[in-house]
Amino acid sequence: MVAHELTALRETSRRLPAPIRALAGLARGRPFFIVAALLSLAYLFAAIFAPWVAPYDPAYQDPEHLMSPPSALHWCGTDSFGQDLLSRVIYGTRYVLLIGFCSVAIGAIGGLAIGLAAGLLQGPVEWGLMRFIDAILALPSLIMAITFIAILGQGVENVIYAVGFALVGPFARTVRADVLQVRAQAFVEAAGLMGVSRARIIWRHILPNVIFPLGVQATVRLSEAILVSSGLSFLGLGVVPPTPDWGLMIAEGRAFISIVPWISGVPGAALAILLIALSIVGDGVRERFDPKLRTAR
Amino acid sequence: MLRWTLAKISQTAAVLLIVSAVSFSVLKLAPGDPVELMLGEEYSKESHQSLMVQLGLDRPLSEQYVDWLGRFMQGDWGTSFVSRTPIFQYAFVEALPVTLVLAAAALTLAIVIGIPLGVVSAVRKDTAWDIGAAAFSLTGSAFPSFYLGILLIWGFGVAFNLFPTMGFVAPWKDFWDGMYHLAMPAVTLSTPFMALIVRITRANLVETLEQPYIAAARARGEPGWRVVWVHGMRNVLVPLVTIVGLQLGSLLHGAVLTETVFSLPGVGRMITDAVLGREYLVVQAGVMMTGCLVILTNLAVDLTYPFLDPRLRPR
Repeated sequence: MVAHELTALRETSRRLPAPIRALAGLARGRPFFIVAALLSLAYLFAAIFAPWVAPYDPAYQDPEHLMSPPSALHWCGTDSFGQDLLSRVIYGTRYVLLIGFCSVAIGAIGGLAIGLAAGLLQGPVEWGLMRFIDAILALPSLIMAITFIAILGQGVENVIYAVGFALVGPFARTVRADVLQVRAQAFVEAAGLMGVSRARIIWRHILPNVIFPLGVQATVRLSEAILVSSGLSFLGLGVVPPTPDWGLMIAEGRAFISIVPWISGVPGAALAILLIALSIVGDGVRERFDPKLRTAR
Repeated sequence: MLRWTLAKISQTAAVLLIVSAVSFSVLKLAPGDPVELMLGEEYSKESHQSLMVQLGLDRPLSEQYVDWLGRFMQGDWGTSFVSRTPIFQYAFVEALPVTLVLAAAALTLAIVIGIPLGVVSAVRKDTAWDIGAAAFSLTGSAFPSFYLGILLIWGFGVAFNLFPTMGFVAPWKDFWDGMYHLAMPAVTLSTPFMALIVRITRANLVETLEQPYIAAARARGEPGWRVVWVHGMRNVLVPLVTIVGLQLGSLLHGAVLTETVFSLPGVGRMITDAVLGREYLVVQAGVMMTGCLVILTNLAVDLTYPFLDPRLRPR
């Protein structure tokens, strides 16, 4: 009877739409993954509904409560301008996620273009492109981003470009490796022998096999993008005040660390929790979908 | 073997050239006219023109690049607008050693603690040790280093007052005081790296210990420590050296933030200040130095493989 019920259950689960089934497969047997995924979703929720979730306006300065400790009025305390830390952290989520998603998108698209070219072309062009990728990879992502900021200037938009460009190298390397693997497969050769045009082979046979690992890679890189962008603002090179940015808030609180540790503490904790949650989600996604890792467990 | 080595070296040379071109273009792409910066607010067209010629800025870009590269190799890195000192002096002679000392301390700490921790968690797989090490390696690798540094300053610097929170003392002048000042920065910088080493060591050792040759060694009655550390670790070295070498870049990335948190006068601090002060010559020098450092380490890692694993020896 139990077996019968199980089959029935399996039948219903099979009828669920594919993305939900994929998610269910991901979550099975991974309690930490579920917690981390829910936490990440909570950040996303806070970012989208910030005006409704945050108790105060992020720029509102309360002169009566400068640097006040966490209380019923200000749940996470206030900073040196009397601004509510919780509200600023909630609004800050918007910038963190916006910069993270957009820069990963730029890095992925740029990496796809260069990686495809390096994987498909041969001879001196390929050699040159590979050395170019090596050269980009030689510069640590934060230093790359700082260099771009030096050229572009500060601000949210420029941070997105700077971090995005800094991520092109790692993406390009993995895309190239995937292209080389797919290109060596029999079905690509068969398509070529059948007289299918080169552009069509790339579009119909190679690209679909490269896009999916690229998506997996993107989830893993999201936390790196956030780490680099908040590092930039912490250094005073990224987003400019009074934007409620976590890196900026942590930097501001550094001066008051001995008397009011929560000014750095609250945004720092928000950042640390988000990064840990994202890295658990990224690891889970990679473990599930990366064939190279699946056998290693 | 010689052919392979030469091929590796020529590849490295090509990458170095591209990095130098990237560094060169920083100055060319940077906003603002360097001649205007040097002349100040008021100047005549003639003086602008003559300074352009004097600085060689009227010549084609390729010529300027070759000229610049030649001077760079000879240690002529230009003069800082702010301090009026040669950039080579304070970038290479003063800032670089600070970063190298910090990176070396962090690396040593990460290896000395990380490898044994990884070995323990592989040998005692699925015990509390293993779970603890896994939790550490997960949080450690994701935790933002600048926040960790601030927490350490708050805890060990302010609350318990155990360690100094800022400043650098050269270890070659006063070794113990130098180490004392480096303690918290080195812990901050090494944490993500240590986490990575734990993870790599564990994953590779678990796989290695399942190999038949390990069972054979055990069957011969070799002591457990010898089986793990001599037979097992030998096969973990290659992935470990790869990761340690390739992650040097991220170590430098962390150094930029750590130097700012603890006010250390290193390369990272130098680049950050230079961007804020629009001193593009210094930015250029910093980019060049970090790029070369990473590339040369990668070459060194590549060249050690044949010694670590005879199977990787090129024929």
